[in-house]
Amino acid sequence: MVNRKGKITDIVLLFPALFISISVVLIPSIQTIYNSLTSWNGFAAEKTFIGFANYLEIFEDRYFHIAIKNNIIWMLLFLTIPVCVGMGMALLLLQRKRSRNFLQMIFLVPYVLAPVVTAMIFKNIIYSPTSGLIHFLNELNVGLDLKNPLTSREFGIIAVAAVDMWHFWSYLMIIYLAALRQTPADQLEAARLDGANFPQLFFHIYLPNIKPTVHLMSIMIVIFSFLAFDYVNLMTQGGPAHYTELLATLAYTSAFSERKIGMASAYSVIMSVFGLIAAFFYTKASMKEERD
Amino acid sequence: MKPKKWSLALQWILTVIMAFISLFPLYLVLINAFKTHAEIVANPVAFPIEVYWQNFTTAWKTADFGHGFLNSLRLVSVTALIVLVASLPAGYVLGMRKFRGNRIVQIYFLMAMTVPVQLFLFPLYAALSKLGLIGNVYAVCFIIAAINMPLSVMLMRTFFMRIPVTIEEAARLDGASTSQLLRYVIIPMVRPGIITVAVLVVLNAWNEYLISSTFLQGNENFTVTLGYLSLNGGSVTHDQGMKMAGALIIIVPILIFFLSLQKYFVDGMTNGAVKE
Repeated sequence: MVNRKGKITDIVLLFPALFISISVVLIPSIQTIYNSLTSWNGFAAEKTFIGFANYLEIFEDRYFHIAIKNNIIWMLLFLTIPVCVGMGMALLLLQRKRSRNFLQMIFLVPYVLAPVVTAMIFKNIIYSPTSGLIHFLNELNVGLDLKNPLTSREFGIIAVAAVDMWHFWSYLMIIYLAALRQTPADQLEAARLDGANFPQLFFHIYLPNIKPTVHLMSIMIVIFSFLAFDYVNLMTQGGPAHYTELLATLAYTSAFSERKIGMASAYSVIMSVFGLIAAFFYTKASMKEERD
Repeated sequence: MKPKKWSLALQWILTVIMAFISLFPLYLVLINAFKTHAEIVANPVAFPIEVYWQNFTTAWKTADFGHGFLNSLRLVSVTALIVLVASLPAGYVLGMRKFRGNRIVQIYFLMAMTVPVQLFLFPLYAALSKLGLIGNVYAVCFIIAAINMPLSVMLMRTFFMRIPVTIEEAARLDGASTSQLLRYVIIPMVRPGIITVAVLVVLNAWNEYLISSTFLQGNENFTVTLGYLSLNGGSVTHDQGMKMAGALIIIVPILIFFLSLQKYFVDGMTNGAVKE
């Protein structure tokens, strides 16, 4: 039984965390939803209500279509490459008992670096055609003629995503490894006695056991694919000719370069809707995970 | 089942390839930080012919890392403090007490965790500029603390859930008040949780880009990462040696931090995503 005094104590203890989150996240988010229905420029006292005009304009916009396409490319890349590499390396580390911690530490190094630093390293010393690895490979005289991938209309977004994947994959490895290690020993033992080989072991014992974790991580990847911002903003600013825009970079530039807060807000709401759909499944999956 | 020899060799080859991919860009930073720009252009993968220390002094001065480190230290410590003070009692309620609104609060935090920063960024910017707080490090601490709050509360919660309820009941029977219970029984038991949350928040705040680059205007308010970014502004310089030295100055402290607290770091990452 919870008495009245206990309930008040609970609310008091929850208050600081809720207050901080509500004042920074919830209230301004509600304002953004309203602003998306106005033509506000950010400083005028009046916010003119224009209904869904911002959304209609966005849906017609060429850059919006590029951005959606790029967000989807981003999501597909992240759902395949880091997931496969992360799972593969987690399975390898699972076999390594003594060297596991050391290898885990090496793989995690890219994960702890700041996006600002990672982005600039790749831009200056890898992708740069005047001072980077690209330049070096071209100078080798083996017939290579590589261009700066960041200035490519087709591959720019992939070149940026590659940097984020370099940074991100080991996170998945760590999560998968932790999940794999909880596979019940008796199941593994029984399978071994039956003479199962490694692929059989993986598909029939490991994978079913870590399925909830794989599921949860995939939903998380979908959510974060629609929120991606840092690396594009740092490496291409959406260029060349807006070919690497994402929803988040479009929202940001409409707000801070063009001073169209109404428009930027509509972009943000659209991003959130994508995230929210995935978040709905995320919440369901993580609550289910806990009940099981 | 004994792994075959070729299978073991293949495993090690793959491991070495991934280790190489992970570390090679950092190798490039390390060697090129000690080279002149001309030397880098000539060959970016070779060792320096002679060590060129001047890159570090130029980078330090140009990026104003003196101010940067001071601001970054302010940012990470105040942010971590705010997050801990708020997430500790919240995690306790959600993890140990049978609070009615428990589920709603948890759903709220899970949703808040997945909302894009852009959804609340613009009204926040308008509000802070009205208050004259653009460029104020402590205002940024508050915002970054709010962004880290959901994950931290949920993490704290999992640490509280590990504490057996019987311990709380025993202390209650001995007549302990809630504050005594927290101070003498509960807090000592969740100390690993406190360190884990602090480590993750410090790392997130140190690496943060979107909020700090939007709000911390004015060079004197720059964090180390923003100072480093100013080295890369197109017109400033093309001196790659200096940029690599600047990168190294930021990478080394965070690597030392990570390597020394690795255990808590991994614990924080896996907690919540993997059931026990």
